[in-house]
Amino acid sequence: MEKFTTHTGVGVPLRRSNVDTDQIIPAVYLKRITRTGFEDALFAAWRGDADFILNKDEYKAGSVLVAGPDFGTGSSREHAVWALKDYGFKVVIASRFADIFRGNSGKQGLLAAVVSQENVELLWKLLDAEPGKEITVSLEDRTVTCGELTVPFEIDDYVRWRLMEGLDDIGLTLQHQDEITEFEKTRASWRPQTLPAKHLPSVHIEAARPVDA
Amino acid sequence: MGTTLAEKLWASHLVRKGEDGAPDLIYIDLHMCHEVTSPQAFEGLRLAGRQVRRPDLTIATEDHNTPTLDIDLPIADETSRKQVNKLRENAEEFGIRIHSLGDADQGIVHVVGPQLGLTMPGMTVVCGDSHTSTHGAFGALAFGIGTSEVEHVLATQTLPLKPFKTMAINVDGTLPKGSTAKDIILAIIAKIGTGGGQGYVLEYRGEAIRALSMEARMTICNMSIEAGARAGIIAPDETTFAYVEGRPHAPEGEDWDAAVEYWRTLTTDDDAVFDAEVDLNAADLEPFITWGTNPGQGLPLSANVPSPEDFAEESDREAAANALEYMGLTPGTPFREIPIDTVFLGSCTNGRIEDLRAAAAIIQGREKAPHTRMLVVPGSARVRLQAEAEGLDKVFLDFGAEWRNAGCSMCLGMNPDQLKPQERSASTSNRNFEGRQGKGGRTHLVSPLVAAATAVRGTLSSPDDLVDAPAALV
Ligand code: SF4
Repeated sequence: MEKFTTHTGVGVPLRRSNVDTDQIIPAVYLKRITRTGFEDALFAAWRGDADFILNKDEYKAGSVLVAGPDFGTGSSREHAVWALKDYGFKVVIASRFADIFRGNSGKQGLLAAVVSQENVELLWKLLDAEPGKEITVSLEDRTVTCGELTVPFEIDDYVRWRLMEGLDDIGLTLQHQDEITEFEKTRASWRPQTLPAKHLPSVHIEAARPVDA
Repeated sequence: MGTTLAEKLWASHLVRKGEDGAPDLIYIDLHMCHEVTSPQAFEGLRLAGRQVRRPDLTIATEDHNTPTLDIDLPIADETSRKQVNKLRENAEEFGIRIHSLGDADQGIVHVVGPQLGLTMPGMTVVCGDSHTSTHGAFGALAFGIGTSEVEHVLATQTLPLKPFKTMAINVDGTLPKGSTAKDIILAIIAKIGTGGGQGYVLEYRGEAIRALSMEARMTICNMSIEAGARAGIIAPDETTFAYVEGRPHAPEGEDWDAAVEYWRTLTTDDDAVFDAEVDLNAADLEPFITWGTNPGQGLPLSANVPSPEDFAEESDREAAANALEYMGLTPGTPFREIPIDTVFLGSCTNGRIEDLRAAAAIIQGREKAPHTRMLVVPGSARVRLQAEAEGLDKVFLDFGAEWRNAGCSMCLGMNPDQLKPQERSASTSNRNFEGRQGKGGRTHLVSPLVAAATAVRGTLSSPDDLVDAPAALV
């Protein structure tokens, strides 16, 4: 995961509350076998509408989403975070996030910044007045700056530390590699290994064929 | 104060204790993969330039998407073919052992692990599949994980976890003839509900559990997840050791002796305290079936279709009304009169050799109800071979059933084995959710004995309902 200290990018005002994960990425896209390339799936149902904000030129390069309360409710699909990241978003700002979405964001290096609804409204106004305006998010200072306006945001200390260090769960665990290696040395020899593979003699399996109903 | 079995297993796999609210780091002894939940995990590794830490503690099989017919031909469905091919590529790239279609050790991941002797007491076992709880039957801490966690285990062979709570399920008494492990677990889920086990590891205890074979214990632990639990577990005993001994990966010689000596210590201490306890008397049980659309909506087969008014809670009444509508059932109808279109014998719950034997003993020398189709899908290719060596395939074929290749099949209908809309099944699998076995399909969960008797009579039936009770039951 990349280290996150500050980010500056085009702010996208998404004036909707309760954006659930089905809206962020519809279920039909979940059959894919890749981890990346979900950018086309983001807000797929809304993208068909020419007036949808991401269809406007000023916002196409957006990387800071400023959304209404209760963002990311619904199913636990991690794909929602993947889709936002693949599109190019680095930060989502809202006054409230669904727990699982916020947890998944933290795991994947997407900053979910909690800003009071009052301040979200102020940001929306600034972005509407000047489409394509940039926002700077400082994780170090826990602030969001847009032009003259600077407002604070909240984030869990542990998650903040992890994002600033650029550590995903795996990266974090790998810091304890020595302890894992030490633990492995204590494992009893009877504990099974899949390799080298042992099995009963291989036997030819006759394929079953369709029968007439 | 003593500790429970689950707590002992936790402690013996603790790599690092979490500080300041951080989770514990737990070592994973065996990681199993299948084609559906692993592709993004492997891609995550690739993107981060990481390797699989312990390919020698990892194994993959193809099961969810695999067809049960024409397995020597390319998989017809494109999405399924892609997922299976991806697993093969990933296994090759990362050096992971895989059992592919056509291989004698291919089959449902939860059947293959125990069969190879890879599942043993005292282990931690994970898989990107909720029914990993099956392996708890050996006295292992075994649970399903999500795709991010699959990636985490691949990269580190550990998982950051918060401890689970523990619940004792005490099943005393002797199970009456004609009732099985499936009826025990269906009765438990009906009793504690589909959310009753949430956050818990369920430890099944008591003389009725001790009397069960390993395969029957697997059936019980398998469905722990249907009670909402993280895992199910049964303390290992002589039955367990006998089952493991001699399997391909079982310890040998001194290793075996050391292992068994350790395994004997894997019990809950007498003075240990569980966070919750539930009691059940096996002697009161009779064949159980589900009538609704979640596994908690179950009743004895001798009962009638319930009415929403029978339920005290408003939410239960509503759930019952919805379920009855979806299932196309009228309150008051005796279960025994409900006609069944398809009988499915298989899955990681009841697709093992003992299940096939039990069903074959019921149908032997009888004729299948003409309007009922019966699909027999062994849990693994080895189970199929074993059944064929015993001549069970002939029994099923003579009866008029279809004898298929191994896989998940109609348990979840990701392959072509699906119910048609409004078709009704008696299924030995574990989930009766709406559309689980095919869009609009109606599922009644049953034991292998009930499945077999149902195929004979064409309506939901227990072996007791058959003329000339089957020899196996006398
Ligand atoms: S048989 Fe059914 S429950 Fe078991 S692993 Fe396959 S799909 Fe899941």
